[in-house]
Amino acid sequence: MKKTGSQILLECLQMEGVDTVFGYPGGAVINIYHDLVDYPGLNHILTRHEQAAVHAADGYARATGKVGVAIATSGPGATNTVTGIATAYMDSIPMVVITGQVPTPLIGNDAFQEADMVGITRPITKHNYLVKDIRDLARIIKQAFYIARTGRPGPVLVDLPKDVQVATHTFSYPDKVELRGYKPTVSGNIRQVEKAAKMILAARKPVIYVGGGATLSNCPEQLRQFAETIQAPVTTTLMGMSSFPSRHELSLGMLGMHGTYYANMAVTNSDLLIAIGARFDDRVTGKIATFAPHAKIIHVDIDPTSIKKNVRVDLPIVGDLKDVLQNLVRKLAEHADEVADMTTETESWRRQILDWKTEHPLTYQPSETEIKPQFVIEKIRELSNDDAIIATEVGQHQMWTAQFFQFTQPRTFLSSGGLGTMGYGLPAALGAQAAFPERQVIDISGDGSFQMNSQEMATLVQYGLPVKIVILNNNYLGMVRQWQQLFFDRRYSQTVLELPIDFVKLAEAYGATGLRADKPDQVEETIRQAFATPGPVIMEFKVAREENVLPMVPAGRSIHEMVLAS
Amino acid sequence: MRHTISVLVENEFGVLSRVSGLFSGRGFNIESLSVAPTLDPSVSRMTIVTTGDDQVLEQITKHLNKLIDTIKVIDFTGTDYVERELALIKVNAEESLRAEVLRIADIFRSKVVDVGPRSYTLEVTGAPGKINAILELLRPFGIKEIVRTGPVVLGRGEKGGKG
Repeated sequence: MKKTGSQILLECLQMEGVDTVFGYPGGAVINIYHDLVDYPGLNHILTRHEQAAVHAADGYARATGKVGVAIATSGPGATNTVTGIATAYMDSIPMVVITGQVPTPLIGNDAFQEADMVGITRPITKHNYLVKDIRDLARIIKQAFYIARTGRPGPVLVDLPKDVQVATHTFSYPDKVELRGYKPTVSGNIRQVEKAAKMILAARKPVIYVGGGATLSNCPEQLRQFAETIQAPVTTTLMGMSSFPSRHELSLGMLGMHGTYYANMAVTNSDLLIAIGARFDDRVTGKIATFAPHAKIIHVDIDPTSIKKNVRVDLPIVGDLKDVLQNLVRKLAEHADEVADMTTETESWRRQILDWKTEHPLTYQPSETEIKPQFVIEKIRELSNDDAIIATEVGQHQMWTAQFFQFTQPRTFLSSGGLGTMGYGLPAALGAQAAFPERQVIDISGDGSFQMNSQEMATLVQYGLPVKIVILNNNYLGMVRQWQQLFFDRRYSQTVLELPIDFVKLAEAYGATGLRADKPDQVEETIRQAFATPGPVIMEFKVAREENVLPMVPAGRSIHEMVLAS
Repeated sequence: MRHTISVLVENEFGVLSRVSGLFSGRGFNIESLSVAPTLDPSVSRMTIVTTGDDQVLEQITKHLNKLIDTIKVIDFTGTDYVERELALIKVNAEESLRAEVLRIADIFRSKVVDVGPRSYTLEVTGAPGKINAILELLRPFGIKEIVRTGPVVLGRGEKGGKG
């Protein structure tokens, strides 16, 4: 039987196992929305902004490991997705974004609500398509999902002209994908793995450095096994955060600009750095010339372009992390005696790290009069479920969450790492909550970031998504203010958010619950009350205004040159 | 260092801008680029001449390989290959100079493809160095216009890719 293009699209989504899509209708996708009514298996969530729809699909993907799906109309609807797509691209999140396009005869004619989406999103998608012929539609959707989730994952955009949505064709979904140029390397070269094992056995000060790839490859178990086998300390990037348990004795927490003293010291003094799915971002390395100056570097990544991009690498291994780590552990097991010798030899290294941990733990100055933001994070951790999903916006609150929350479960930390997108957290939390209606989902935000997508409160209330929102309100764009304080003579140019927003009333305006705490002794009660209240809740904490995120490596400095105290 | 890279890509719209966008987006320079379909009409071959040190070239080839539409990337640097470029040169040829222009054209095995009252248009093929050399010799006569294709390259013997 013949189906319309929009029906074929929806059939394809079903065949891909999609259960939830996030989107916003418009003239150029009206046919898709018309047919959507006939597909009750596809749960559609109407956000209040297309950017939020894409972030929600992103949060859904990060929390579940599945491909997130978002739909937007042509022109302004499509361009509104750009920030969300770029966010997903930088963090390698599997996603398919469908945008409507003006009818093919009008393309290029400056038609109403026309924008060249394939052109606009070319640098921020893993791949993109303009469907010009309905006969290609099913194949393209199949390819889009395959490309999005395999290799180094990423967003794929499919631009779908209105006349293709209306045209009819017999629907048949291809069984397999034929892409002669796209064959991601999954198995790491076994000789390289052998060389890596040798380098590891010769190391006396090894450090494992884990990035977001560990989450994407679903390998936290293999990672823990590897770290425990060689008894090497593990530091993670912001993106790698929830893939290694923070309370593990080998955990060093995060490294880099706001990393722990001991992680940065360990990397600086290491003689072997084993990078697992990490890309040596400048926020991690600081000054490149003095990053891990004594270390040989092993770099495992599925994407060859990440290797040797920023730093010299002594041994590259291209492959899926799960596969490589499994083989590495197997190879090391063949040399059990040497591994035992090595772990004995490296005991003094672990003792050294313990000394660093004791000398300079992550800490802050508690207060009885002012609410310290770090204190709120600690209390949230204490009172939330162990498998709670935490989303953050971007700024000081994000770094405090990374420092003080101590994640223990994979896929429980959703944060915009590469692009640093303010306004990410609330819609991402929305997406995660839609995926897991029964789990606790918390968005930790600042007053600045929250206001970038606060309209999504309406979506939470409409769909009964009980996200708990923490606003650490200091009436500042805190992170920029911190830089201005430390490096720009305290000129707080345009970082004071003077207008005191009443976030409690804002919550109520949307039909949600709002709670506020001004004093440290109200913090615990506020959190308890919020967690006990059904539906979405905003908790507004009036926090110490000029609290800084520390340690901090000033931009362009070496990572061991940390500012430890104000 | 100058590198000549051959890229076999899917012959689809938008591929050229993906490739050129990859260069511009990362601040890499393209010196020349020529593209046309191969024996297999679904495959196009691009010949790209670019410059950069080893690290830049490694990144360029990795990124080219990463494009979904890329089928094969061959860097010819350090290998044995044949290289040809085509140029059309419209040169001033007043009555008194005509014989001399023709003599130079002949030495370079170049053909006259158009004659005007005061000009010749010459077609010359060869390695870029040969084209540079004839341009140098013709320059004193007054060159009105030129167009060059940029080099195209094939590996000698068994070297190179199919298609």
